[in-house]
Parts: sequence; C-alpha cells; structure tokens
Amino acid sequence: MDLNLGLNLALPELIIAVGALVVLVFGAFRGDKGMTSVSALCGVVLIAAAYFAAFVGHGTAFSGSFVIDGVAAFAKVFIYIAGVFVIVLGQGYFDRVGNRRFEFPILILLATLGMSMMVSAGDLIALYIGIELQSLALYVLAAFRRDDPKGSEAGLKYFVLGALSSGLLLYGASLVYGFTGSMNFNEIAVAAAANQQTGLIFGLVFLICGLAFKISAAPFHMWTPDVYEGAPTPVVAFAAGAPKFAALVLIARVLMGGFEDSIEQWRQVILAISVLSFIVGGLGGLMQKNIKRLMAYSSIANMGYALLAIAAGTEYGVQALLLFSVLYMVDTLGMFAVQMALSRKGQPVETVADLTGMSKLSMPMTIVITILMLSLLGMPPLGGFWGKYYIFGSALAVEGLWPFAALGLAASVLSAFYYLRILKVMWFDAPTGELDKAPAEAKWIAYGAAAFAFPVAMLALHWLDPLAQMAASSFGLK
Amino acid sequence: MTIGLAHYLTVSAILFTIGVLGIFVNRRNVIIILMSIELILLAVNINFVAFSSYLHNVQGQIMAMFVLTVAAAEAAVGLAILVTFFRNRGDIEVDDASMMKG
Repeated sequence: MDLNLGLNLALPELIIAVGALVVLVFGAFRGDKGMTSVSALCGVVLIAAAYFAAFVGHGTAFSGSFVIDGVAAFAKVFIYIAGVFVIVLGQGYFDRVGNRRFEFPILILLATLGMSMMVSAGDLIALYIGIELQSLALYVLAAFRRDDPKGSEAGLKYFVLGALSSGLLLYGASLVYGFTGSMNFNEIAVAAAANQQTGLIFGLVFLICGLAFKISAAPFHMWTPDVYEGAPTPVVAFAAGAPKFAALVLIARVLMGGFEDSIEQWRQVILAISVLSFIVGGLGGLMQKNIKRLMAYSSIANMGYALLAIAAGTEYGVQALLLFSVLYMVDTLGMFAVQMALSRKGQPVETVADLTGMSKLSMPMTIVITILMLSLLGMPPLGGFWGKYYIFGSALAVEGLWPFAALGLAASVLSAFYYLRILKVMWFDAPTGELDKAPAEAKWIAYGAAAFAFPVAMLALHWLDPLAQMAASSFGLK
Repeated sequence: MTIGLAHYLTVSAILFTIGVLGIFVNRRNVIIILMSIELILLAVNINFVAFSSYLHNVQGQIMAMFVLTVAAAEAAVGLAILVTFFRNRGDIEVDDASMMKG
C-alpha cells in the first residue's frame, strides 16, 4: 500500500504532530503549573521522533512531495536534539523571569515539525507549508514575553519581515510553477533543463530571496539583530541554529534538486548573497556593544560561509553544509546558554562591557566563553574550524570559486576582531562586580557545548564525517 | 479582446508591487502593513489560479487553498502580536517600533 508506506516514512513527523496535539490538551487541563510535566513530555516526544528519524527507511512518499533521504534524516536528528536542549533551557529561564507558560515547549515542538517538513520537502507545496509552520511558531515564540516591550517589538519585526519574505518566496514559487507546469522538484528539474525561460529564472531569484530571508543572509538580514536582542534568550538559542540548518538544507534541495541544470544561473545569485553576508556580518559586528546583537552579526557572516558550500553544488558541498551546520548549532546553543547562565543582581549580562574581568569572577565560565568564541572564530583545532575547513574545501574543489573562498577567509579575519575583543575584556580588564550564581541547567549546557567544541568535536568527526558523507551521497546529485 | 494569461499575470504583478510598496513606503500604521501582506498573498493566489487554469493542472489551485489557509493563520498570529505590542506601547505607529537600533 502506497499510503501505508508513506505513513511509515513520515513516522517522526506524525509522532511530533500527534504528540503536540495530545500534550496541548494535557497542558490545557493542567494549566501553567503543569509546565514542567508538559516540558518533560515534549522532550520525550522529540527524543522518540529523533530515534525513528535515525532508523526509518529512505524513500519518497505522498506522490513525491515528501522525501526522506540521508540528508533529511541527518538534519532531523540534530534539529530534534537541539529542540530538547532548548526546552530544558526554556524551562529554567521562564521560571526565573516569572513567565511560566506551558505553551513554550509545545510551540518548540510545532516549530521542529515545520523544520522537519522543510528538510523533507519534495515539492513547492510542502516547502511552503513547512516554512510557514516553522515561522508562525517562531513569531509567537519571539514575542513570548508578553509584558516585555522589547520582546513584542522583536516579535512584530520578525513577523512583518518574515511575512514579506514568505510573499516573495510564494511569488517565486508561482512563477516557477507557471513556467515549468509542475510543483515537484524532480519534474521542475526536467522542465527547467529543457527550456530556460526568463520567467523561470525570475521566479528562481524570487524563491532564493525568500529563502535567504529565512537564514538571515545579507541583504535580507535587517531583522536579525533586533530579533536576537529582543526575543527571550532560549528562543534565540533555538532560532539561531535549528531553523537555519533546516532552511540551508531546503535551499540545497531546491537548487541542487530542482534546478541542477541551471547551476550557472543560481550560482551567481548565491555567491553574491554569500559575499555580501560575510562582509556585512564582519563589518556590522565591529560596532556592537550588545552580545546578542554581536551574535546576530556573527550568524549573518556564518550563513555567508554556509552558502559557499551550496554554491559549490557538489556532493562534498552538501557534506560540508551538514557538518558546518551541526558544529555551528552547538556553538550558538552554548553561547546563548552562557548568556542565560550569567547575571548580575538579577539583571542578565547583556553587553560586552558587563563581561569585564570575568576571569577573576568565574574561571570555568571564562574558559567556556573563550572556547566558544575561538570556535566561532574558526581557530584550529576547535569545532568551528572544522566546519569552515569543510566549507572552504568544498568551494576550492570547484573551479573558479577560489576568489570567493579567499574573500571568505579575509572576512573571517575581520570578524576575529570582535570575538577577540570579548576575550580581551574578560581576561585582562578589572572586574566590575560580583556575578550571581549560575543556574544549573544553563551552566551545564554551556559546559557541554564548550566540551563539544573542544576536544569532543575532533573525535566526534570520526563518525560524523562518514555519516554526513553517506547522507550527502543519497542526495541524488549527478 | 479576450482576457488571456498575460492579463492575469499583469494584474497580479501590479497587486504584488502595491503590497511590497505598502510595507516599505508606509510609515504610519502597522495595520496597513498587515493589509499589504494580505495583498501580496492574494496577488500570488491570482498567479497560481491563472497558471493552473492555463496549464490545465489542478496543483496550482491546491496551492491557492493552502495559501488562503496559511494567510488566515498568519493574520491571526500577526494581530495577536500586534495586540501585545499595543498593550506595551499604547500605540501602533511604525516609527515607534524603534527601541532597538544599530
């Protein structure tokens, strides 16, 4: 039976969808005092989904609109795991700020459901539904602290620009549909190879612009610093990693699957966005005093590097993309966990100046921040270095891309300035005042992320690398 | 004169442009932005339905249904966020959404 096979392949998504609805009803009966049990249930649902995502078979379901291959499975497992950590972080955070609401873990669940649809999308309808499910949940999460003026401003900006980007994406999708006569990526590829009309390229550019918004690549990055600054920190920890991973996989699938023969056309667009991103990310971060805004510019620059791997358009590029995204996700999760762990007299530590003299106040946290900053900077042999190593390797393997890889390296030297500035104030300046005791869950997740960045990443790559390679080889590239 | 695909595409392109300009040029009211977003989505729907009828392919109309549904959900979420924004600030002027800059 076709339907049975489809339902089997979509098992992780079905678990999350049904789980979210059941937990929602449970939460509605228990009210906000049941947040802890709701969080625990959501965590269990995500872990079960991750288990099935890892071991469910490969194939396409629902007339080709749902694709499960190695790349989708790889991305899903890590996105679900990130979701679990964020639920743990959010549980403690919202307790402390006095904003216990059981909807938080459920919205995280729905957002991960959207992301896993994105990585499995096989046609334009699934692509749109996945993106919207993920975005709508994240808009609400960004404005989750209803009494916080900054939070609701962040939510509003995220919503308006996100909706605009969905509009661009849809307009592009409608043109692609009209000029190829199909929604399915494989059929689009056949039609696009046979006949490259201006309208089709026009639609493709709109589609890329809409997707670039979702990964906050320049020139579509305007929302990023404001949303990072205003939204609650656990939400940012989530929004900085998992959705971007999903959107990058989606971009790779649309471009390499649906437009594999138009590579000369889309490569120029992707390279332009990529170069702009790491230049904007490198320059924009120099002026920032707020750590979350600084992380926003860092993420813009990192998305620029990731797009280089997509511009390569090769199997090795997909492998590089997967490894880079996972390593980057761990670094951001760790950095925002650090933000949640640090506070002074009940006020969160927000600016770079608040970190002065950290090494005299809390040695372990200082070491954690140092490792994470060096990893984001790409210092060998830390985790972030290996991500960039694969990315630049994949770009260099393609003829004619080396100037862009060189530009990327130059931009990462530029951005080294703002990472190293944080290290300087932490290690060499005089402290400004005692820090509060760090909450356990944020502290341990920060320790874990730092331990992963160095030295676990080097060992983990021994099995992550073949896994990513296997995943990339099932991506169906020529 | 018969009305062909090109006419529909032109109308839709004009509506889309008006929608995008409505977001960027308007400096007054967030409600107008929500209306512009709705306009963009409806312009896209005209495109989908026109192509669907031109190609004799039903997928475009299925997509139009999905877009309508999601547009409704999006309006609900957008208005909810706008209500919290209004409660915190006391008005919904676009220029007021500027606590964070840089």
